[in-house]
Amino acid sequence: MQLLRKESGTVAAVTAAEHEQRQLRSLWLKLVFLALIGGALIALFLTINVTDWGFALPRRGRKVVAMLLVGFAVAYSSVMFQTITNNRILTPSIIGFDSMYMLIQTVIVYLFGGITLAMMSRELLFVINVGLMVLFASLLYRWLFRREGRNLYFLVLIGIIFGTLFGSFTSFMQRMIDPNDFTVLQDRMFASFNSVNEDLLLIASAAIVLVTLYSLRFLRSLDVVLLGRDQAINLGVAHANLVNRCMVVIAVLISVSTALVGPITFFGLLVANLAYQYMHTYRHAFVVPAASLISVIALVGGQLLVERVFTFSTSLSVIINFIGGIYFLYLLLRETRRD
Amino acid sequence: MIEVRNVTKKYGSKAVVDNVSLTIARGGVTSFIGPNGAGKSTLLSIISRLMPYDHGEVLIDGQSVARSKSNDLAKKISILKQENHISVRLTIRELVSFGRFPYSQGRLTKEDQQYIDAAIEYMELGDLQHRYLDQLSGGQRQRAYVAMVICQNTDYVLLDEPLNNLDMKHAVQIMRVMRRMVEDLGKTVILVLHDINFASCYSDTIVALKDGRVVHQGSVEQIINTQALHDIYDMHIPIEVINDQRIGVYFT
Repeated sequence: MQLLRKESGTVAAVTAAEHEQRQLRSLWLKLVFLALIGGALIALFLTINVTDWGFALPRRGRKVVAMLLVGFAVAYSSVMFQTITNNRILTPSIIGFDSMYMLIQTVIVYLFGGITLAMMSRELLFVINVGLMVLFASLLYRWLFRREGRNLYFLVLIGIIFGTLFGSFTSFMQRMIDPNDFTVLQDRMFASFNSVNEDLLLIASAAIVLVTLYSLRFLRSLDVVLLGRDQAINLGVAHANLVNRCMVVIAVLISVSTALVGPITFFGLLVANLAYQYMHTYRHAFVVPAASLISVIALVGGQLLVERVFTFSTSLSVIINFIGGIYFLYLLLRETRRD
Repeated sequence: MIEVRNVTKKYGSKAVVDNVSLTIARGGVTSFIGPNGAGKSTLLSIISRLMPYDHGEVLIDGQSVARSKSNDLAKKISILKQENHISVRLTIRELVSFGRFPYSQGRLTKEDQQYIDAAIEYMELGDLQHRYLDQLSGGQRQRAYVAMVICQNTDYVLLDEPLNNLDMKHAVQIMRVMRRMVEDLGKTVILVLHDINFASCYSDTIVALKDGRVVHQGSVEQIINTQALHDIYDMHIPIEVINDQRIGVYFT
């Protein structure tokens, strides 16, 4: 290319490469730092106040696995969702994804009755749930985001309306369900970090590993999607295709986290934005691990607080939604000032 | 060569691009002019595959855009739109590096780094390259985007109103770069312009659109004259020749 001027170009390339090296090193260090904190919290969580190891360790171990899965699922899905919708304020939960999962679950119980459900294996039910979730979520949100440049506040509004609508539908159907069926539903619906749906851990892990392996190769393309749809297409990313695939991955991830511990609306928003603020990079290869680690730290640390300081007088979702809600308002206000 | 054949794009029942056929030769600066709502930007978006259309066909060097792989097209044609909203913070160098994505899929090679350096130098952004985009003035940001497009190193470069919101100095700077890209690097540059005098001073060919149709296409002399401009803009624009440039005096 003629526009290369050799001598000056090489000098600049060296300093640029050095700059790049330094940046990469600092990104890795930041990740290691987060991992250390996370590891320390997990160790503390597993070993604090143990009287009977044989009893405590497996139980706490399962809780930790659940928190790792949920932490990763929420972080990954939120970062991905924010990238493909080109905003930093909305997450799948805020816009009603997890209420949709609850609704699907209720509809299944309503239609088929609790006896069928009780006989059906929980894994099978989970798979059916996830399948329907993928179908509806991708249809609905494709319709919602198809038009470029939809106003962010319009989407917030629609999302909140959807969330409420799905929620109301859910409780409406629950009132019509046979009380026996409702008991079956109840112990699946009201999962929380204190009562994790532990029999789903295995299949949830499998689902997460699968969609993660499937979607890892999107990470670099997602970096480009941050520039917006037009630039992504200009740079050769098959944008519509990528967005559809990401929607499927997001639907699976949200299904997993909702099935395990129920909805935590503002958590994804919190960790995705904190990850961007802390890492100072656009690269998904770093932002996604950072967001996941931050969310594991928040979950394990928060659960420690709930169990040891508040002695179960409150629940982790309440704390997270309280902090996350305030942060959401802060982001909304900041965005308004910028416009 | 870019060929547009009978392309129509409708919003509801209104055709914003109405059965347009057009050929743009390789090399040179081609400007699209015309009143607001004439379909200039829409046509540019259609040519660069950003927007689907209802009828017709677009060919680049004989190949159909609709049937080409997006990544192959990204090495042949680049487009810079007016609105560029980014939800994360990027430095100039990071932005420019994205221009190499079609070639390296995000894994930058030594060769990519050289292209990036060259593009940054070409746009005289060397001192600013590690600054964040939100710390820049409008003119600097526009130059950073142009550097990204240069870095993408495509034969065809399309820019949608690149002079919007730029002051005179920066507008001239951008237009000079376009000229240099044509003359030094052999690129084909296609621009949407609002100011007929910029089109007059820097174009080789001018395409005039009105109500979704091409009303005139030709050299500067053929388009920048009172009769043709009256067809396009429905207003009387006297033309003065100043320093060999045809200038339309439309301010009063």
